[in-house]
Amino acid sequence: MSQTTADAHGDGHDDDHDHYPVNEYPYVAHHFDSPEHQFEAGKFGIWLFLVTEVLFFSGLFCAYAIYRAMRPEVFEYAHYYLDKNLGALNTIVLLVSSFTAAWAVRAARLRQKNLLMLLIVITIGCAFTFMGVKYFEYSHKFHDQLLWGLNFNPAHPAWELPSFQAKHPELYAKIQEALAAGGPEAAAKVMPQPANTHVFFSIYFFMTGLHGVHVIGGIVVWIWMLIKAAKNQFGPKYFGPIDFAALYWHLVDLVWIYLFPLLYLIS
Amino acid sequence: MAAPTTTADQVLDPHPTKEDNYFTAEKGVLSWIFTLDHKRIGVMYLCSVMTMFALGGLFALLVRIEHWTAGPTLDFVTPDMYNQFFTLHGAIMVFLVIIPGIPAALGNFVLPLHLGAKDVAFPKLNLMSYHMWLLGAAFLVLSMVLGAADTGWTFYTPYSTTTTTAVIPALFGAFILGFSSIFTGLNFMTTIHKMRAPGQSWFRLPLFLWAIYATALIQVLATPVLGITLLMLIVERGLHIGIFDPALGGDPVLMQHFFWFYSHPAVYIMVVPAFGVVSEIIPVFSRKRMFGYKFIALSSVAIAGLGFLVWGHHMFTSGQSVVASTIFSSITFLIAIPTAIKTFNWVGTMYKGRIHLDTPMLYALAFLWVFTIGGVTGIFLAVMNVDIHLHDTYFVVAHFHYVMMGGAITAFFGGLHYWWPKMFGRMYNEKQGRIGSIGVFLGLNLTFFPQFIMGTRGMPRRYYNYLDEFQDLHRLSTIGALLMGVSFLFTAYYLIASLRKKHDAPMNPWGATTLEWTTTSPPPYYNFHKTPPVTQGPYDGYEKLWYDEKVGGYIEKKKD
Repeated sequence: MSQTTADAHGDGHDDDHDHYPVNEYPYVAHHFDSPEHQFEAGKFGIWLFLVTEVLFFSGLFCAYAIYRAMRPEVFEYAHYYLDKNLGALNTIVLLVSSFTAAWAVRAARLRQKNLLMLLIVITIGCAFTFMGVKYFEYSHKFHDQLLWGLNFNPAHPAWELPSFQAKHPELYAKIQEALAAGGPEAAAKVMPQPANTHVFFSIYFFMTGLHGVHVIGGIVVWIWMLIKAAKNQFGPKYFGPIDFAALYWHLVDLVWIYLFPLLYLIS
Repeated sequence: MAAPTTTADQVLDPHPTKEDNYFTAEKGVLSWIFTLDHKRIGVMYLCSVMTMFALGGLFALLVRIEHWTAGPTLDFVTPDMYNQFFTLHGAIMVFLVIIPGIPAALGNFVLPLHLGAKDVAFPKLNLMSYHMWLLGAAFLVLSMVLGAADTGWTFYTPYSTTTTTAVIPALFGAFILGFSSIFTGLNFMTTIHKMRAPGQSWFRLPLFLWAIYATALIQVLATPVLGITLLMLIVERGLHIGIFDPALGGDPVLMQHFFWFYSHPAVYIMVVPAFGVVSEIIPVFSRKRMFGYKFIALSSVAIAGLGFLVWGHHMFTSGQSVVASTIFSSITFLIAIPTAIKTFNWVGTMYKGRIHLDTPMLYALAFLWVFTIGGVTGIFLAVMNVDIHLHDTYFVVAHFHYVMMGGAITAFFGGLHYWWPKMFGRMYNEKQGRIGSIGVFLGLNLTFFPQFIMGTRGMPRRYYNYLDEFQDLHRLSTIGALLMGVSFLFTAYYLIASLRKKHDAPMNPWGATTLEWTTTSPPPYYNFHKTPPVTQGPYDGYEKLWYDEKVGGYIEKKKD
């Protein structure tokens, strides 16, 4: 079926008319020969776009690598302030949404309208959950002034954090001795806050913030897809937009898969 | 796909029917602002880019006139304003003129025609690129109103994070322009991959498309890094995050690395399309098959690839390690090879050809001359110890103006004159065209050649003042700049004057064999009545074309 259509456009059709015929598929733009032609172009385009996205983030990953190499102590010290459990929760949430996004492509191709809509709604729900958890994390950091640059003024030193105490019980015991003997100043001598610790939070907020912007962009895209799905536009000939949205969504997921260990799981 | 059954005779119909061309296909201002037609988008880019070229040129003239005497020359130009003028000149010319010039203005118009396609792959994205270009330009203009940046177009930290001028709007403008450029590149790459005419294999693509493809590759791979760099700089300046600011533990040299990781490939975004234009012009006006087609095609890709590995040659004096500098220096030398291959092949194409010195060819010849000087002086600067002496002098200024102005802009004007009949359906006055091109060529050399001499003698760039011994050379340079300004005004005059005439351009005024010359001038809305078949290389078949007095252009004649 598809082959005959493509051929008809390739040879016979064009020669009979002075102008190009309007395509009989309502969702195929006039300058493409066939739905397949349009899909292939779109697929190529979205992959190129994903390459640009990777390079866009790469500047930040590069900055991360350089500062981590230059100041490993900062990353070691500061990562205790991040909540591993929330990070892991968000990782799971995004992985689930990537699964539903991939399933949505299948549903679109099989014209399973209701399933497709359900899957998109779950994907959007996961995206909102992710942002909700992120909001919770961010507001906690704002509260404790764990911020970038000159705004960095932590309410608690790292040794007061349970995440540190659980990991280094011996060092914590030493700090407690010093605390009993000479107060907080003596404790800070046992485990001083490294210079420029704020840079960790600059990078943390920049990377997760930019990622968050991409999640919000994804939500907008998925709502658009939901509207198109509700109009029953997708089917075996036309499922490109769902496919491309899912590819974009996988990339957003993938960036988080890297961000989570790089920021939360430092040892 | 099987080739359609049209014959070459039908395609080269010398008497086109009086049907709609893309100008008259739709009417009203909105039909332009929201058009999805690549030709109209190309024409809008052209008008916008030319406006910005005039503005950037004005700033250049102010800078040059200020140098007529040492110390203040123009009453209203203070030293601080001088810094703003050269910054605006650089930022406008780089981001608003040269980068979009050939790919977005000429490329948008020509690329689908070269492919025998109805449009680019993503027409809406194409329009969005243009709208983003306008938005970016608006931010740059806004920054002028709010207190123009005085950092130079390179926005080096820590100065760019501490100066009181409006750096953030300028950075944001460049950020948006970057995305405009990325989407153009993405669109063009997809179009070349997926929209070629039946029979048009990769090695039957016109060389302009190979150049545009290599450019698009750089746009897609390098510009996102500029985007994130500018974003980091905006955040650094706005929120003081301490990534680039040494006072907060940041590294200003990191910013230079990021910046040049984009901005060195970006010089190839600027000049590789120029190679493409010259590769179109030279075989046509030599009436000879392109010599070394594959070498020219692949050398564009080689330049694009190598261009990513040389950014450190901008940083020999930034405290970079000697090992790194040596590697960057060596790879920079390597780039000379594909560039020289191109020049050799262009000259080889002209050898024993029947050379027609029409205006586009004069620009192409000017390009060959000027670009070679610009390229060879680039080799001087790639030598580490020579660069220490010449770094930040007028020698560098002269070098990149020979490449950017002499290379990119000269080729842009060559391409503009070459495709002007196709774009607007009118022939400009050929004699005036030749006078204009010679004026530009002379002005260009007079402006920048003295700067080489000044640079070797130690005149630093970006200085408001200078020692008396440099006055004669500065004056020569200023006279050259004025001559160039007059020549460009004259060019604008005769081009605009040609628009007031009746349609008089034939389908094929130059005797070229690429696909855009097989449709009417200006082309119809859908470009071609029938998808043209491609049965030969882009520079084959000149011997079949004969000049026809009645048509005023070239038509195909059958053998008797």
